[in-house]
Amino acid sequence: MKVQTIFRMSSPYRDDFRVKAYTFGEGEKSLCIVGSMRGDEIQQQYIASRMVDVLQQLEAQDAIKPNCSISVVPSVNPFSMNLEKRFWALDNTDINRMFPGYGQGETTQRIASGLFEFVKDFSYGVQLASYYLPGHFLPHIRMIHTGFEDVEDAKEFGFPYVAIREPEPFDTVLLNYNWQIWDTKAFSLYAGTTDVIDHSMVQVAIDALLHFMVKKGLVATKSKIEDVEPILVTNKNLVNIQAPHAGILIIEKNAGMQVKKGEAIARIMHPYEGKLVCEIQSPVDGTLFFVRNKSITFQNTLLFRIIKD
Amino acid sequence: MIQNVTALEMPVDEEFRIQKNHLSRGKGKRICIVTGTHGDELEGQYVCYLIAKMVQESPEKLTGVVDIYPCLNPLGMDAMQRGVPAFDLDMNRIFPGNSRGSMIEKVAHDIYTDLSGADMVIDIHASNIFLREIPQVRISEMCADTLVPYAKMLGIDFIWIHQAATVLEATLAHSLNSIGTPCLVAEMGVGGRISHSMCQHLVDGIQNIMYNLGIWSEAPSADKIGESIVNQGGDSVAFLNAEVSGVFITEIHNDVRVERGQTIGQIISPLTGMVLSNVVAPCDGLLFTIRAYPIVYEGSLLGRIHKL
Repeated sequence: MKVQTIFRMSSPYRDDFRVKAYTFGEGEKSLCIVGSMRGDEIQQQYIASRMVDVLQQLEAQDAIKPNCSISVVPSVNPFSMNLEKRFWALDNTDINRMFPGYGQGETTQRIASGLFEFVKDFSYGVQLASYYLPGHFLPHIRMIHTGFEDVEDAKEFGFPYVAIREPEPFDTVLLNYNWQIWDTKAFSLYAGTTDVIDHSMVQVAIDALLHFMVKKGLVATKSKIEDVEPILVTNKNLVNIQAPHAGILIIEKNAGMQVKKGEAIARIMHPYEGKLVCEIQSPVDGTLFFVRNKSITFQNTLLFRIIKD
Repeated sequence: MIQNVTALEMPVDEEFRIQKNHLSRGKGKRICIVTGTHGDELEGQYVCYLIAKMVQESPEKLTGVVDIYPCLNPLGMDAMQRGVPAFDLDMNRIFPGNSRGSMIEKVAHDIYTDLSGADMVIDIHASNIFLREIPQVRISEMCADTLVPYAKMLGIDFIWIHQAATVLEATLAHSLNSIGTPCLVAEMGVGGRISHSMCQHLVDGIQNIMYNLGIWSEAPSADKIGESIVNQGGDSVAFLNAEVSGVFITEIHNDVRVERGQTIGQIISPLTGMVLSNVVAPCDGLLFTIRAYPIVYEGSLLGRIHKL
């Protein structure tokens, strides 16, 4: 295992800011896993740290294939995690809106540039990503439709769901988008939660990453999971359910549950009078892909995403 | 007449609403004054007040429609946060919004729809808490031919034509300009403060646009509308970024001519008493941006110079 500081910056009052990379094996830059980029991505950082441990053991067993190097960057933003802030504390900018970065630019542009210089030449890139809304997702691989995305490779994580979404203007400054533009096959791996650790989902993510490495011939070990033919999740088979009213939100179903059309999945209660404001029913038969986990809701807030059967 | 542009329920006994003051006389052209997109930018509040006061004190001079939207982000303004609290979103990165989207996307859609078709929209910003700006209009180069003549009517100090960035496609101004509703973005001052003279200067310019569009029957006096310096973008703006982290100290205010090699300020260490970096102008020019918030990291923007 080689540990490198790939970006370092002094701070006016704190210890130096450091971004570290852990590299296993030698030779062609094969796979890079990027953990937390925001200060609340604890699940993502924990998965990355566990991957460092897994890869260390594989290296000790001489199971990393020749001419193959695998790197893990557990955190791109340790300062924000130490402050319990999601974004860069001084100016609230998001490192994942700064790619490919600019080494002579502003602070978070420089951090993005420092990371991108390290990660840009890998064949495969996996970002352990989080969703901007609070809630639970079924674990899945997500790709932006850039024309460079590779669905066949995405299947090799062994996840039952692969989501593809159309690009928005802000996507051009994401790591995943820039990875793809620079010829890295890039994937975002969503592993359920963000600011709390879900141990079962951590194991699911580790098994998926290991499965991918086995399928791509990067490591010589046995995968713990079987191949599956994933369901492609796109706007065509995804149904969003928003809150028709605001109030106290009582969620009655969890991510992954099968629901029938007309089945009650949540209630919105009056915040003062304790009365039912409305019951939310599934409009389709399907699987709950995303479920909000906050107990209040604004009107129109996204509460569920359901994959239609 | 005070009108709701949009209204939605909040969780506990409160309606979220965006309001406008609709001032109308006849069926003439329509100008919209919008501000408060970022909760830490306050200069536009005084501009809105002055425009509303001007119209209400001389209603006979109004020959069209003036719509005033003082606050597109009431939650951010209330919390003194740049973005939208509870959503952690930049309100100016979600236009044109989505009528079937989340609350904030729906709000953006309703604002965009309400502004669409106006003969002129002035979108007033006030930098942020970190940087102090001279009064300026920023125009994407793809809209320059249409917008520069209007910007010159404002008589504003500085017009900056910049390269179009993809990420800026989600701004209010880009969304409106792309459907043929002209929108000028005015930037001035510093976050969290109101500069009376800058606001009055912008109001004079807005009055001039209103006069030229036939919305107001009286032109401002000629001495109030000056010539603008126009920057054509590209490498004609020099950026000063901090070379080290520390505390930035300067005696210079913006809106001054600087010479190559002139000291702009210093980055110091309060712990050691050492000067960590001397910040000098890399070129001759007009210093139109200067850092207002002293704490800096490597890369923090300290100033911008229009090269002369």
